[in-house]
Parts: sequence; C-alpha cells; structure tokens
Amino acid sequence: MPRVGVLALQGDVREHVAVLSRLGVTTSTVRTASQLDDVEALVLPGGESTAIAHLLGTSGLRAALESRLSDHMPVFGTCAGLILLSSQVLDGREDQWSFGALDVSVRRNGYGRQVASFEAPIEVRGLGVVPGVFIRAPRIDAVGTEVEVLAEHDHGDGPHPVLVRQGSVWGCSFHPELTSSSDIHRMFVDSLPV
Amino acid sequence: MSNGDSPSVIGTARVKRGLADMLRGGVIMDVVNPEQAKIAEDAGAVAVMALERVPADIRRDGGVARMSDPEMIRGIQQTVTIPVMAKARIGHFAEAQILQALDVDYIDESEVLTPADEVNHIDKWSFTVPFVCGATNLGEALRRIGEGACMIRSKGEAGTGNIVEAVRHLRTINQQIRRLQSADASELFSLAKDLQSPLPLVEEVAERGELPVPMFCAGGISTPADASLVMQLGAQAVFVGSGIFKSEDPERMARAIVEATTHYQDAAIVAKVSTGLGAAMKGAETATLEQRLAERGW
Repeated sequence: MPRVGVLALQGDVREHVAVLSRLGVTTSTVRTASQLDDVEALVLPGGESTAIAHLLGTSGLRAALESRLSDHMPVFGTCAGLILLSSQVLDGREDQWSFGALDVSVRRNGYGRQVASFEAPIEVRGLGVVPGVFIRAPRIDAVGTEVEVLAEHDHGDGPHPVLVRQGSVWGCSFHPELTSSSDIHRMFVDSLPV
Repeated sequence: MSNGDSPSVIGTARVKRGLADMLRGGVIMDVVNPEQAKIAEDAGAVAVMALERVPADIRRDGGVARMSDPEMIRGIQQTVTIPVMAKARIGHFAEAQILQALDVDYIDESEVLTPADEVNHIDKWSFTVPFVCGATNLGEALRRIGEGACMIRSKGEAGTGNIVEAVRHLRTINQQIRRLQSADASELFSLAKDLQSPLPLVEEVAERGELPVPMFCAGGISTPADASLVMQLGAQAVFVGSGIFKSEDPERMARAIVEATTHYQDAAIVAKVSTGLGAAMKGAETATLEQRLAERGW
C-alpha cells in the first residue's frame, strides 16, 4: 500500500488524515519538499487557496510538487485543493496561479459567500449517494475532453460537475472529509498503483 | 446524476463549523481599510477582520467602539478573495443582523467593542452566518458554544502586544479539558455545575479531549515567536490584531507571522523569518491597564 501524504500548510488537514487512517492507509503530513519525497500520493486539503498557494511558494513545495505532478504522482484535491490543481481559475486574485494538472475551469466562491454555503446529497457514479458539504465552494464551470465527470450537482442553475478525475488526478468541489463517509477517499485509494 | 430535485440546506452547524476548519493553521488579520486587506491577503492571511480601529487605537482613543461602517466592509469585500469577518458588540443582535445582510463570512461577537448587553450574548443559532466568540476559560467557551458559536478564540488581552493573557487563557482551557478527561461519569454533573456549562457539551469535551469547535487564539500576538508559542499550546490558528499594522514593517511582519504559524514546530524556520523584521508593536504591561477587555463577556 503506497504512503499517502496530506499537504499540511494550512486547512482541514487532520480530517483528511483521519479518513485515510480509517481506511488503513499509511499517511504523513507534508510541509516541506523533503517530506514530499517520502510519499507516493498526495491529498490537497480544503483551506484558503491563496494562503496555500503563498505557502507553497515560500516552502519550495511549488516546484517540487510541479515536478511530481509531471511524473504523474496520484493526487486528490478537495475545494481549495481542486482550485490549486485546476487549469483555469475564475474570480481569483489577479496573480492567482494553479498547477494545471486537471483540465477544468473553476470559479472561486462560485456558489456564493459563506451564508450561501450548503449541504446536499450527491450521487456519485458507481458509488451511490454521499453527503456533500460545500463551503464557499469553487464551482466547476467547464471540463476538458480528458476529464471524467463522476458526480454533478444542480444548484438551481443547471448541473455542474462536483467530482472529476483525469487519470491519476482527482478533484472535488465539496468536502467528503467533513463527513463520516469514507467512500470517495476509498475510490481514490483503490485507484492507486499497488 | 443531476440532483436538481434534491434539497440543499444552508446554515447547518456543519457548514458553519466547517469554515472554521478550513481556516486552521492560518492567520486572520485585523484590517481597517482595503489597502491593509490587500497587504494581508498578499502575505498569505486566510481571512481578514474588518474593523474601524485596531484594538490598540480603541484602547488609546476611548469612547464607544461599535460595528464598522458597512461601506468600509463592502470595500474590503470587493478588494480581497479570502473570507471577510466583522465584529458585532456583545449582545447587539441588530448589528449582527446587519453584518449578515452584508454577507460577511464570520461574525466576531467581540469584547473588543463596547458591550451592548451586560447579561445576554447573541442567540447565534438563529443566524445563517457563523459566529466566533472569545473565552478566557472552558466554562465561558462552552456557554458561547451553547449559544451557537462555531469557533472559539482564547481572548488574551487585545491591543496590548503582550502575549501573557493569551497564554493564561489557553493554558486554563487546556487544564480544564484535562480535568474533564480524568473525571468519571458521575463527577461530570458537578463539574458541569462548576463550569456553569451545558452538561451535554461537558460530556462531549470529556469524551473528545478538545472543544467541539475549532479553538483559535487572539489577543497579544505580535511576533512570529508568539504565533509559534500559542500554536504549540494548542491553538489551531491565530488572530493578529494590532500586532501587524502597529509594527515597523507590516508587510514583512505579516508574512513572517504566516510562516511561523504554518511551520510552528520547526524552530529553524521560525528563527529565519524572525530575522531582521524591524520593531514589533511597542505593547503594554497588562498590570498598568485601565480597562481589561477580557473581562467583558460572561
């Protein structure tokens, strides 16, 4: 079983660690480039994407992670993590950058500010219904042809993807780690090379 | 696959506490205008607290401290992409209603402003927007959570640049949690009475060994070392009020405190970011204070 790191610069790190531990996965937290060398896959947690992006730069992890992504390290990003993996960020800071590992266009706070944050049941292809917790969530406005859409949600303005996968890169606009369901993490873990 | 017919629910405890979870490991900075908000976001702040005057100036100027001007809050919301928080006076639910109508992301029912009600805090359950409240001990924290607070910050003594009260409050809360963990089931009734706190919350803390909501630290943090200290004492994120914009080089101090909060366990990094920062805010000895803000709230 590969070791799965959780990027621990800022955000809901311990919830991801807890879910992975429940699944029997060996995990460690990643704050430095050398800690990234110790893991075979990485979860990018929820948090503030601008703060995490800033800290990726100052810690030297940005270049290290870029290199690992080009080597096809499996990654799973939730919320801010999805934003960081995406190829295009709308309504972000002018200088907002992202890794471009996942060919999706995301709109920051696309469902509104905190008072619009919501919970809704989400039907995941091949899995069933899981609880969806959306907190100042990014909305996926467009996906590339290589991207597989595993779940959508219609928030009154037509369906938008909420869980997507492009090869070994997974992204989710909600927070499975804030619920007692481990199903989506299990899908990611089951996809890892043994 | 579409969930067009399914109900979605706003304002649940999970989405309100969830935003606090997302702020963990980060720094929330007090700002008084859009320019400062931009500096805070550039430095890696996870959120800003929009207010008219930082606590050090409230202390210096005196007078009644109230909710901020909505125009100023809007200006900050338009400038940054990170969450924008704002303060309401203790018990002033009408100010809180206004802040919710302004779409702020978190309301701080704060002892830094002049209290509006000397008996009652705001019924925070009745709001969609989440609330953070200060606490000096476990009983106070659990009373605020019982009223609906979704995040607790240890109070410290705002506007002093002196970390001593923040340390006292964090240590007190931690000691009281450890006491609950060592109690048997029958002792918890009496402990709940002593803490003047709801029994179910006391039982939950005894079981989990921590508060049911994230615990952050505020009040007196003015250097990277202060941030590292309170994170090591169990704070999950820090609020910095006067400590940044009352320092000699706010941009640099802001960045350094952000780095120290993330890498608080790595003294080499904290040492590096503490180097050549210029003067921290001057600060005050708490024994000489005329007004102790932490005593507000009950």
